[in-house]
Amino acid sequence: MRDVAVVAFAQSRAVRAEEGANEVEILMPVVSAAIERSGVPRKEIGFTVSGSCDYLAGVPFAFVQGLDAVGAWPPIRESHVEMDGAWALYEAWVRLQHGDVDSALVYAFGKSSLGDLPQVLTLQLDPYCMAPLWPDSISIAALQARAWLEAGHDEREMAEVAARSRKAALANPMAQVAQDLTPEELLKQPYLVSPLRRHDCPPISDGAAAVVLAAGGLAREVSERPAWIRGIDHRIEPHGLGVRDLTHSPSTRLAGERAGVGRATVDVAELHAPFSFQEVILRQALGLGPDVEVNPSGGALAANVMMGAGLVRIGEAAGRVSDGGAGRAVAHATSGPCLQQNLVCVLEADQ
Amino acid sequence: MTEAGPDPNEPVRSIRAPVHLEYHFMPGRASSRFLRGVEQGRLLGQRCPQCAKVYVPPRGACAACGVPTDEEVEVADRGTVTTFCVVNVPFHGQKIELPYVSATILLDGADIGLFHLLQEVDAEKVHMGMRVEAVWAPPEERKPTLESILHFRPSGEPDADYETYKDHV
Repeated sequence: MRDVAVVAFAQSRAVRAEEGANEVEILMPVVSAAIERSGVPRKEIGFTVSGSCDYLAGVPFAFVQGLDAVGAWPPIRESHVEMDGAWALYEAWVRLQHGDVDSALVYAFGKSSLGDLPQVLTLQLDPYCMAPLWPDSISIAALQARAWLEAGHDEREMAEVAARSRKAALANPMAQVAQDLTPEELLKQPYLVSPLRRHDCPPISDGAAAVVLAAGGLAREVSERPAWIRGIDHRIEPHGLGVRDLTHSPSTRLAGERAGVGRATVDVAELHAPFSFQEVILRQALGLGPDVEVNPSGGALAANVMMGAGLVRIGEAAGRVSDGGAGRAVAHATSGPCLQQNLVCVLEADQ
Repeated sequence: MTEAGPDPNEPVRSIRAPVHLEYHFMPGRASSRFLRGVEQGRLLGQRCPQCAKVYVPPRGACAACGVPTDEEVEVADRGTVTTFCVVNVPFHGQKIELPYVSATILLDGADIGLFHLLQEVDAEKVHMGMRVEAVWAPPEERKPTLESILHFRPSGEPDADYETYKDHV
């Protein structure tokens, strides 16, 4: 395998509704910042790939407009996934394995404020199995939470994740929701969709993120401390919720094993758990013990740009490696209802 | 099997699952400026700081260079037909009498064609290079939409030289 590293990351501040700007106007400064931080000249970037979802804007081929933020003339090598940008990063990593290009720009954007997000997600990802009931994404997560509680967990575990995440977000200027409340205080809040309280659910966010990858010598040339991708894998579970064990995440476990999470100590993990209890499921699936710092950024409970939050996890984890705060980090991204699809990426500093 | 209904043992082969979503439309900062200008009878574009091309309507970015287009420039409400289409086929929702002409018009001062309706001229007389001008709705009827320009019509000027629009066809 060719050595590939994250050498730059940028993101917009997540907000509930970006009132004035359209997607390109949100994305452009983020792409420019990532390219500038990478030290790779824009015109020398070998491959560009994006992750977004046309359902968010309700416009077919909406992702094509995102290219306005890149500068695609003379023509560039370009691709898109109708998924979180973490999967775009996976495609870029595969592309860099070909060996003929040395750098890649990966970006993601989502403007969820244009529609009713829980309904949009339901119609986007479940055109068959639940139709025509159309249970929204929060209700489905609540069913998963109920199954998880009945498997021997309690609501206090959920509140502890939410309290820790939102407190951590106080140190993250890009976060949307940050507050310092104890689990006891959170447990006094009313249910939003039982057993989920509002703080168990992610905020609805508008925003964008971008990462620059570089291979081998180029990564060492442009970065003092590249965050090397030592393992990356993604797995998916069946479409029908009824055939899955929602209290565990076998796809995360498998992806984590394939990515080599357990080969050495993990210092920090950025887990894409849109709902509080899902973080506990993910920690278990990845075998992360209590000594692993999880989501110092605040995670998806503090900012959840649709199609971007997974890429943000990789960017945040890589940032911890590059700034010397961690020697080995794990990043995780999810997509679909109830952690249906999961990607795991292991990032390491030079030994 | 009874005559009253389908055989309950037959597998279901299809279901109806109507889909309906509602969205807000957000034009963005640049397009909002343009649409507010149209409301006032002005056509506002933006110039790229790198390649100097003027985009009308502007989208806030130069798609070729990938940089913000912050400089606002007003362009003329007249220009040159670079290409056109004579519509002869009736279709659902049609509001204009057939035949009519849709044209791409390179406004004076702009570097990208604007698609609009061309009227007050026989379809067979429309040609590339024809000079045209905007016919605006009365000021009190203008709204933030390109429909505030009712249509374009020939301006009576001599045809533009091909050299002046050859890069835009």
